[in-house]
Amino acid sequence: MTDLTSLQPKTRLVLIGRKILRAGSAPIFVVLGVIYLLASIVVSVANEGTLLSIDALESVLSRSVGLGIVAMGQTCVLIVGSIDLSVSYLISVSATYSSAIMNDDPNKMALGVVVVLAIGALVGLANGLVITKLRVNPFVATLGMSFILSGVLNASFQDYSGAVPDQFQYLAYGYFGPILVPFILLGGVVAAVWILLRYTTMGHHMYAVGGSEEVARLSGIKSHRVIIAAHVICALTAVVTGLYLAARIKSGAPWIGPDGNYSLESIAAVVLGGTALSGGRGGVWGTLAGVMILFVLDTSFNSLQVDEFLQNVARGVIIIGAVAVYTYRINKRRR
Amino acid sequence: MTLETPAPIDRVSMGPSEASLGVRALRTVRSTPPIFLILLALLLAIYSQAPTYNFVSIFKNGAALAILAAGELFVIVSGEFDLSVGSLITVVVTMSATIANGDPSSTPMVFAVMIVLGVVVGVVNGFIVTRLHVPSFVATLGMMLILVGAVNYITGGTPLGNLPANFRMFGRDAINNFPVLGTLPNSIVVLFVTGLLLYWLLQRSNFGKRIYAVGGNSRAADLAGIDVAGTKTLAFVVSALSAVVAGILLGGYAGVSVNVGNGYEFQAISAAVIGGAALTGGRGTVAAAIAGGLTMQALFALLNVLGYPPELRDTVEGVIVIGAVAYGSYQLRNAK
Amino acid sequence: MTQPATDGPLLLQMSGIGKSFFGVPVLSDVDFELRAGEVHAVLGENGAGKSTLMKILSGAYRPDAGTITLEGQPVTFRHPRDAQIKGISIIYQEFNLLPERTVAQNIFLGREPRRGPIVDRRAMDSATGRLLAQVDPSGTIAPDDLVAHLSVAQQQTVEIAKALSFDSRILVMDEPTASLSPHEVEALFGQVRVLQKKGMGIVYISHRLREIYEVADRVTVLRDGRKVATVGVTETNMSDLVRMMVGRDLEDYFPPHATSEELGEVMMAVRDGNVTRRLHDINFEVRAGEILGIGGLAGSGRSGLAEALFGVAPFDSGAIELGGERVHIRSPRQAVRRGVAFLTEDRKAEGLVLSLSIRNNMLLAMRSMGRLLDSRLPHPVSVRELAANVDLRATSIDQEVRFVSGGNQQKVVLAKWLATRSRVFIFDEPTRGIDVGAKAGIHDLMRSLARRGAAIVMISSELPELLGMSDRILVMRNGSIQGELPSGATEDDVMFMATGEKASVPA
Repeated sequence: MTDLTSLQPKTRLVLIGRKILRAGSAPIFVVLGVIYLLASIVVSVANEGTLLSIDALESVLSRSVGLGIVAMGQTCVLIVGSIDLSVSYLISVSATYSSAIMNDDPNKMALGVVVVLAIGALVGLANGLVITKLRVNPFVATLGMSFILSGVLNASFQDYSGAVPDQFQYLAYGYFGPILVPFILLGGVVAAVWILLRYTTMGHHMYAVGGSEEVARLSGIKSHRVIIAAHVICALTAVVTGLYLAARIKSGAPWIGPDGNYSLESIAAVVLGGTALSGGRGGVWGTLAGVMILFVLDTSFNSLQVDEFLQNVARGVIIIGAVAVYTYRINKRRR
Repeated sequence: MTLETPAPIDRVSMGPSEASLGVRALRTVRSTPPIFLILLALLLAIYSQAPTYNFVSIFKNGAALAILAAGELFVIVSGEFDLSVGSLITVVVTMSATIANGDPSSTPMVFAVMIVLGVVVGVVNGFIVTRLHVPSFVATLGMMLILVGAVNYITGGTPLGNLPANFRMFGRDAINNFPVLGTLPNSIVVLFVTGLLLYWLLQRSNFGKRIYAVGGNSRAADLAGIDVAGTKTLAFVVSALSAVVAGILLGGYAGVSVNVGNGYEFQAISAAVIGGAALTGGRGTVAAAIAGGLTMQALFALLNVLGYPPELRDTVEGVIVIGAVAYGSYQLRNAK
Repeated sequence: MTQPATDGPLLLQMSGIGKSFFGVPVLSDVDFELRAGEVHAVLGENGAGKSTLMKILSGAYRPDAGTITLEGQPVTFRHPRDAQIKGISIIYQEFNLLPERTVAQNIFLGREPRRGPIVDRRAMDSATGRLLAQVDPSGTIAPDDLVAHLSVAQQQTVEIAKALSFDSRILVMDEPTASLSPHEVEALFGQVRVLQKKGMGIVYISHRLREIYEVADRVTVLRDGRKVATVGVTETNMSDLVRMMVGRDLEDYFPPHATSEELGEVMMAVRDGNVTRRLHDINFEVRAGEILGIGGLAGSGRSGLAEALFGVAPFDSGAIELGGERVHIRSPRQAVRRGVAFLTEDRKAEGLVLSLSIRNNMLLAMRSMGRLLDSRLPHPVSVRELAANVDLRATSIDQEVRFVSGGNQQKVVLAKWLATRSRVFIFDEPTRGIDVGAKAGIHDLMRSLARRGAAIVMISSELPELLGMSDRILVMRNGSIQGELPSGATEDDVMFMATGEKASVPA
């Protein structure tokens, strides 16, 4: 009765539709659609039909790519019921160290990438170990990590450091066939995390640990390993975002991560996408939708020429509002 | 209709609490949080490196952080976080400068406006956390974005106006001819007075006792008739008001800029935590939080004396926070 | 009624099982056996040792004495996982399922069929389908349904399928019908019979006698941590079982009941109280000096009544009167201010702030009544006197309350309400988790409280306590008050009123 392939096409569609609705990701797409609709109306009215300037659109897009990549890692961390506030500074570490190592030498590209990936893995491992073994609240642990990284960064670099070779900038500006490489990069990360969460045992165990550490333990899952793995994955995505930003601006600077507010915004994107802060549910597509919502907002703000600072105010309101709506929905369902 | 408190059934079997004063004093010393010893050790370390160091400056410059930590402690003891205090400091400094624009007669009015603003921010934080059930770190991070955005928007990124002398005197000036010390910075007086007030509020008043109960076990507090939401909201108000006071002090010696409060929220939490406050709520004392704030200031001074680049401050702070929380959770686990 | 399959091979033999907690024995010298194809019920009051015995079987506890033999092999379990691998599955009242995951993901959690690092979803779903087909023949559950979307009965079916997936030979079901409708109970019994036919041994824990007659082959009765008897259900009748369950060797000591002169005016009365879907037509009065006992099975609405009286989950309609005056009690805060006290069943989670001192816990309710910006209390209180009043034993009044014993913790909670000069006390399981020696002390305190003019409402699932302490007993069933019994009532009277089973029901 449950094998979808054996059903009449129509019933099958209905069933699949119901599954999507039931899966809980539907509301986010509705919200997305409404926001997009409103935004496009406002934009076209305000600009009297003219679209955004290419420059503005490009800057917003590149930001969304960077945010999208790290938000995928943040999704994993939130699913296991943890949080990572250190990604902003890790992005800066990745961008500055990679461009300093490469120092405009194409032969050192691989070295630069490998070194920052290794640093990222270590940072993620440290976060995970502090949280699981020393039992430090994840919020404090990763905040502490961001302080540590910030100090190291500020002591190492005052300004733009080194430069990435032109070839490396292919990552930000190149085309693969008709498609911009950044989109391939983002697509690759999205696909990798999607496969991880949906198809691998590790992914299944991440949901279990976030849903109930007790149930996971009784099922023989080693929850510490799973939490550590999520933090390593998150740190690696932050490194990739850092590499992408370095490629984009040619050289890393210590402020690009914190200035972009990636820690908070990545969490916001994930939460907007319906992943619960308490863990155990959510996924890649919701997060992607969350990133797109923030993208649409940025685009509309820019085209309306809303003050940059006022945008921050709006973001604050939206983040609080999104979390409030989701906690309200969860509370309502429990009743 | 009320029952009279009944007569004793049996003799009390509570020996040790009738202990002599000496024993009780010893117990007090043993239960002293290690933070005071750490602070003392740091001051001695600075002295050994630089005997001529101006120790008063540590207390003068640490006063703002110490007050902020003591206010943040209210929220931490209630079981929440307040990350909006740093941005509120920025608002206080920049908006005061904008409103006053150097006019000394406006100072009382500016103070009043800032206090009202603090109350509003605290109430809004409390409302979002207790009524909308948004986790406090999200709610107050959101508030931080809103306040920073608002300041930048209003000032365009470069605040105009300046603070009149009678505003700045609290953070900048000192009482001369003070016995022993020679001069006593006003900020230390403010710290002392605010500290006493906050101590009474948290550790003596009914309000403070309720905060400990709410943070220790909100369900039990609710069933004992305590208004959990109201108590938490007021804790946010105290935290916000302490940020207003800290902002007034900082306005005295730091410049008027949109970055003036940056990072203070984390420093305040760190200070409270190294003072022994538990992030799970229900534990912590005002004196230890103040000592925590001064300890951080002393540590920065020591790093300075030892010639480390000021940038490493952050790294040290990170290590300290993680270490303090790890130590705290280790102790709590092994208490039984 | 069903086939007496008790001649199957012996699956499990537990003999001489003993277990103590902190020197207090909770199980001593218990024997239990289970045959293939048999449903063996375990019957007993709360605290009789049923759940401890099952936790030993599941590997959650290790016995102090005795041996466990599985199909002739002696075994020891260190972790619930060990028992599961050896073919013992337990379905607790609280299901161990992840609501946000699918049925298949739950069943195979931690041992997903895989190809490399990839979960073989198809294999997992089809294996789940096969398992479900055995216990859910009408096909109401699909392998990819989210558990959150299933009913309680369906979730239980998933738990059963999970047990099947382990190839379990033994399935323990703890009060499986606690929250099922009659129709769902029938379906569950169908599933049990299927498992029985497959040769599984089923341990069925319940105190609903009728169910035991319907589903079980044998029944073992536990009382006070000892085995009373193991009998075939066809060889016994309900009144025998009730007697075995509640009869006592030890005569418990209880303080004398209230005399009629000691009863004062009506302190609290409830008129036509209702809580949607939970409580219906609640009407009762309790007088000064009186201890009113509330009996009934778990889920009969006893705790809901306490929560309604104290404003935690207030009545939707009806009225509460205190001292003849109609009052609104919509929150605990209002209840406290009106002189109502609530001593919850779970002291650590609901009654005490463990991180605070004895002193601060005693003054907790007073602090809620005091003025906010004032260090004084509404009326002066001597903590020392309170401690003496409840006969508290502790090293210091400033000791953190988490370090004192259960009995003394209950005394701290009581002192908290003495401080507020409450006049109506609601006790929910006043001596649960308190060792035998300390129980009498709590009982004495309750009686002396009543003598000083307090009205006491006492919820208890321990029949000796209910009968020994109460001046009058209300028995609840299905959210309403089934009837009232005088202080001379017997345990049988209460049980029959609580279950609705007549003693004359034929076996």
